[in-house]
Amino acid sequence: MQYADDVTITFASLSKNELLARSFAAAYAAQFDPTVRELEDIKTAISEAVTNVVVHAYPDRIGQVELHFSSQGDVLTMEVTDRGVGISDIQAAREPMFTTKPEQERSGLGFTVMEAFMDELCISSVSNEGTTVTMRKRIDQKRSMDMA
Amino acid sequence: MEMRAVISRNMLHIALLGELDHHCASGIRDKIDTLLCDPSIKKLVFDLKDVTFMDSSGIGVILARAAAMKRRKGGRTVIVNAQGQIERVLRLSGVYTLVEREDEESEARGCSMRMM
Repeated sequence: MQYADDVTITFASLSKNELLARSFAAAYAAQFDPTVRELEDIKTAISEAVTNVVVHAYPDRIGQVELHFSSQGDVLTMEVTDRGVGISDIQAAREPMFTTKPEQERSGLGFTVMEAFMDELCISSVSNEGTTVTMRKRIDQKRSMDMA
Repeated sequence: MEMRAVISRNMLHIALLGELDHHCASGIRDKIDTLLCDPSIKKLVFDLKDVTFMDSSGIGVILARAAAMKRRKGGRTVIVNAQGQIERVLRLSGVYTLVEREDEESEARGCSMRMM
């Protein structure tokens, strides 16, 4: 179900759009008055997720990346969806330092960073249909209210 | 992302400015590797003072260069002036098992304090 404050954007899986994704995520999160650190966490996690799409989901072509931002109470949800090749072994992909592209100097830390910087990380993927990465981050509303 | 490089004696000092992500990683990597063709370089310094964002793509750039330096006799890699989000990503990655950490600015401040 789509709520009034949900935002969806779609863009091409070009590496230059990683910056665009970070900027959108920061702009969406800004309305919840996050701390500088929370904002950094959100930008870092979305950057990792979108980079994964650019590098892995569409290895031989440019595809679509869909970002969906929503919120419920003090929890911000970001979904990153592609229609690419899918992840064949999600458990392995989540292992620190696991990468299928060492020749490109991929550190294999993308999901590790997302997991560390977000409160929740869910990955669903179907081979040759695509992947959705869902990340949730609690924004400290109590601090905002105390400051007010 | 901008890069400023200075070679002094056996040291290559790389100062990065801006956001280090996957998009600019390969360009930075190629520039550094060209400079590292000089076999007399024994110390590689990454100055991250003016890096405003870095994700695991930046870790890949640093780790691969650090591994190459380690293969040189007497070769070492140092990170200076990493703060905030950049330092948190670096620590999470375990990069400091291969790379030394120094803080040039605090050393400089310490010197000026002593001079006073």
